[in-house]
Amino acid sequence: MAEMLTQSRLNPQLDAEGKLQHLLSTEGLPLPVITQILDTAESFLEVSDRDVKKVPLLRGKSVFNLFFENSTRTRTTFEIAAKRLSADVINLDVSRSSTAKGETLLDTIDNLCSMHADMFVVRHATSGAPFLIAEHLKRIGRDDIHVVNAGDGRHAHPTQGLLDMYTIRHYKKDFANLRVAIVGDILHSRVARSDLHALRTLGCGEIRAIAPKTLLPGYLEQLGVKVFHDMNEGLRDCDVVIMLRLQNERMNGALLPSAGEYFKRYGLTPEKLALAKPDAIVMHPGPMNRGVEIDSSVADGPQAVILNQVTFGIAVRMAVMGILAGN
Amino acid sequence: MNISIKNGRLIDPKNGIDTRQDLFIADGRIAAVGQAPAGFVPEREIDAAGYVVCPGLIDLSARLPSLEAELACAAANGITTVVCPPDTRPVLDEPSLVERLIQRAEALGLARVLPLGALTKGLQGQTLASMAGLASAGCVAFSQASQPVTDLQSLYRAMQYAATYDFAVWLRPQDYQLAKDGVAHDGEMAARLGLAGIPVAAETVAIATLIELAKSTGVRLHLMRLSSAAGVAMVREAKARGVAVSCDVAAHHLHLAEEDIGYFNAQARFDPPLRSVADRAALRFGLAEGVIQAVCSDHTPMEADGKQVPFGEAEVGARGLELLLPLVLAWAREDGLSLGTALARVTSDAAAVIGRSDLGHLAVGAVADVCVFDAETEWTITPDAFTSVGRNSPLAGRTMSGRIQAVVAGGRLL
Amino acid sequence: MPEAIPTQLPDAELQLASLAEQLRPHLTPDTALVGIYSGGAWVAERLKQLLDIREEVGQIDVSFYRDDFAEKGLHPQVRPSHIPFEVEGRPLILVDDVLYTGRTTRAAINELFDYGRPARVELAVLADRGERELPIEPGYCVWEVDLEEGEELILGREESGRLFWKMGRNDRG
Repeated sequence: MAEMLTQSRLNPQLDAEGKLQHLLSTEGLPLPVITQILDTAESFLEVSDRDVKKVPLLRGKSVFNLFFENSTRTRTTFEIAAKRLSADVINLDVSRSSTAKGETLLDTIDNLCSMHADMFVVRHATSGAPFLIAEHLKRIGRDDIHVVNAGDGRHAHPTQGLLDMYTIRHYKKDFANLRVAIVGDILHSRVARSDLHALRTLGCGEIRAIAPKTLLPGYLEQLGVKVFHDMNEGLRDCDVVIMLRLQNERMNGALLPSAGEYFKRYGLTPEKLALAKPDAIVMHPGPMNRGVEIDSSVADGPQAVILNQVTFGIAVRMAVMGILAGN
Repeated sequence: MNISIKNGRLIDPKNGIDTRQDLFIADGRIAAVGQAPAGFVPEREIDAAGYVVCPGLIDLSARLPSLEAELACAAANGITTVVCPPDTRPVLDEPSLVERLIQRAEALGLARVLPLGALTKGLQGQTLASMAGLASAGCVAFSQASQPVTDLQSLYRAMQYAATYDFAVWLRPQDYQLAKDGVAHDGEMAARLGLAGIPVAAETVAIATLIELAKSTGVRLHLMRLSSAAGVAMVREAKARGVAVSCDVAAHHLHLAEEDIGYFNAQARFDPPLRSVADRAALRFGLAEGVIQAVCSDHTPMEADGKQVPFGEAEVGARGLELLLPLVLAWAREDGLSLGTALARVTSDAAAVIGRSDLGHLAVGAVADVCVFDAETEWTITPDAFTSVGRNSPLAGRTMSGRIQAVVAGGRLL
Repeated sequence: MPEAIPTQLPDAELQLASLAEQLRPHLTPDTALVGIYSGGAWVAERLKQLLDIREEVGQIDVSFYRDDFAEKGLHPQVRPSHIPFEVEGRPLILVDDVLYTGRTTRAAINELFDYGRPARVELAVLADRGERELPIEPGYCVWEVDLEEGEELILGREESGRLFWKMGRNDRG
C-alpha cells in the first residue's frame, strides 16, 4: 500500500523533472537522489579538513532557520553547514515571537517569503508541518525557495537519517548483507522513521526494531521490519546498532515504569553489545542519556562512532543544501 | 400550490415503488401518485423525463453556523430535512433557543430543521438538560454532539431520564480517554506518518459501554458515525439480541480511508477518523445490509484557515451537503445496489430514526418533500466545480453523478 | 595559428611528452602539480612520472567554485578534492586537459587559495581551444585548436593508462 501511495500521488519533495526541490523525509526519496547526497557529502567532508573551511557555493543565498521547536544542537549544525557554504544565515526564534501572538504558521512563512529567503530549514513539533509549507510555497508560486525538514513531530528527521546512512556506508560499505537494529522509543522517534525508510531504499538486508510494546508503533512488519522485545535476541549478529534517546517525559510512568527498569532491559551495555558482531558499530543521534539507554563504557568505547556522526552530519547537511540550492 | 411532476422514474423506497409514475402535489402534501386527482389543475408542471423523482433527502447531521446559507445549500442539493446537532452557540439546552431556531428556519422556507437537543446542560456532561421542554419546542432526540461524557453515572441518569419520556439518545461511540491524544486512525498511515493514533478500541469500548447502559435504562440509543468493522459487528450482534439500537455513518467514510491522508492532507482529518480499507468495506456492507440505518453528510463548514495548518492541528470534518446525494449514488453504483435501497438510507430509513413517519416517502398524505435529479450525467469533482468544498478535497478528481433538477419542500417549489 | 581539427586526432601521448619538455626547465625542487578532474588529473599524474617530480600530485574538483551553479545546479558527480601537500608558499602548476573559456581555471585558482597562499600558480594544458571569456592564458600548451559550435574535445584513458583524444558533442539546446 505504501508503494501504491507514493506512486499515485506526486511526491512533493521532487519537482516535475524528478529533481530534489525540498528535503522533507527519507521516505519517497529515490535511490539515485540518496546516493547523490551521500557521494556529495564525501566531498564536503574534505572541505572541513582545509584551513579555509568554506566553499562559495551558496554565496549570496539566505538560509532561514525556522525552529518552532527548540533545538540548539540541530540548529547549530545547520548554521555551520550553511556558513561553510558561504550562505547568509538568519535564525528566527519563532517559538517565542510570532506564534505567541497568534500568527499562523503560513502567515509567518508569507512574511519570510517577502524577505528574499532562498531556503527554510524548519523544525516543528507537529508531524507534517514542512509538507504544509512546501505545498503552500508551490501554491503561491515560490519555486525558488527550498524547504529542509529539520524534524517534524515524530514523523521525520531526514538529514539525520541521511547522515546515519552515510555513517553506515562509511564503515560497512555495502547495505545488502547488513543487519541493522534500532533500539528504543521508536513510537515517538522521527529519527527511527527516517532511518527505516532510508535503509529500505538502500536495500538493507535486515532491519530490526527492539523496544517494549508501549514504545513501538503498530504495522512495523508491513514496513519490512522485524520486531523484537528481547534485546538479547534482537542484537544477535547485528552489524549496526542505532540507539535512540529516551526522552524524560517517557519515563514518568505512563509508558515505562522507570529509567532503571528500562536500562536493565533495553540499555546497551558491553555484555549486550557482545552479542552483536565483533565489528558492529554503535550509533546514537544524540544527545545521549548515559546510564539510561547506553552505558558510558559503550558510548566511549571503540565501537561507538557517535562523534563521527556529528562530523558527517555537517557534511551531509552541506550536501543537501548545496544540491537543493542548485536545483 | 398544485404541482405535477410527470414522466419521471418515481423511486419511493418505503412503499416499494421504482417505476415511471407521475406525482401530484397539493396543499403541501402528496395528493396522488400515478393519476391526477379529479379536477387537479397544476400551477406548476415539472417534466422529469430522464430523471429520478424521490422523497426529499433527510440529512441526520449537518451543522448550520450561517443558517440561511446552509439551508439554501441543503435545499439546492435535494436535502429537504436537516437534523442539526446541539453544539450551536449558544448550546441548544433551552427551549426558547430551539423555538427561535425553528422559527427562523421556517421563515426562510428552505429546508426543514429538526434540532437535536442537548442531553446535558451546556453539553458539559454533568446536569440534565430540560429534555421535556426541549422536546415540546421541537427537538427530535437528545445528544452530546462531539462532547464526551466522561462521568458514566451522569450518562446513566441522563439515559434513564430520556427513557422516561421515550426520547431517543444519540451519542458518538468514542471513548474520550482512548481517543483524546490521537489525530488519525491507529493504523499503517499513522505509523508511517508519525501521527498519534486513535485505536479501534476507542470505538468498540464505547459501543459496548453505551449498549450496556441502553439495555439497563431501556432508552432508545442511536450511535452517530460508525467508523470500524468491529463497531459494525457489535451493532449487528446487539440488534440480533433485541437491543433497541440504531446507527449511522457519514458519507465521506463510505468513500475515503486512511490512505487518503496522503502527504498529511488536512482535508482528510475527520472525527471519527478515516480508518482502514477493510473498515470502509465493512461500513458499506453494513449500510447495504441495513445494520447501519442511514448515511448522513455530517456537514461541518469551516474557514479555509481551519485546514491551512499542520494535520494534527487542523479542524476536523468537511462540508458535506453538496456531496450527500452524489456519494450515495456512487456507493450504490460501485457496490451494485439498487437505487431504491441506496436512497432508502437517506429517506425512509433516516425518517424512521427520527420517528417521523410522515417524512421520507411519497404515499398519498405524506409531506410533499420531493427531489428530482439526474442520475446519469457524470461530472468530476474539481476545486472549481466545488469552490465551497475546498481545494484539497480528498475526493478531488472523482467522477460523480447526481445533479439536482428540482426540489419541492413542504409543497413549495424552490 | 590555431588549426582546424585534423581528420585524425593527434597522439596525446606524444603531446604529453612535449608538454613535459616545456615544463622541465621551469621546475623547482618544491614544485607541485595540481590536476583538475578528471582529464587534468590524468595529465598531471603522467607529468609527475615523466618529470620525476618528488611531490605527490594534487587533484581538485571545482564543482563548489563554479560560476554557473545558479543555472546548472550542482554536478551530479562531485569528487572530493585531494591536496596532499602544504600549499602555503609553494610554486604550483595547475594542469588541465583542455583550456576553453577560462572559467574552470578561475574556479580552480580560487579553490587553491582556500588551501593556503601559493608562491606562484602557473597553468599547463595539453589543448587550448580559444574562445576565452576571462583574461587567462596558459604558461604551457602544446596544441592550439579551433572547434565548431557544439563540438567538444575529450581526453580519454585506456585501461593501460594510455591517454588519447576523442571528439564529442555538447549541444546546448
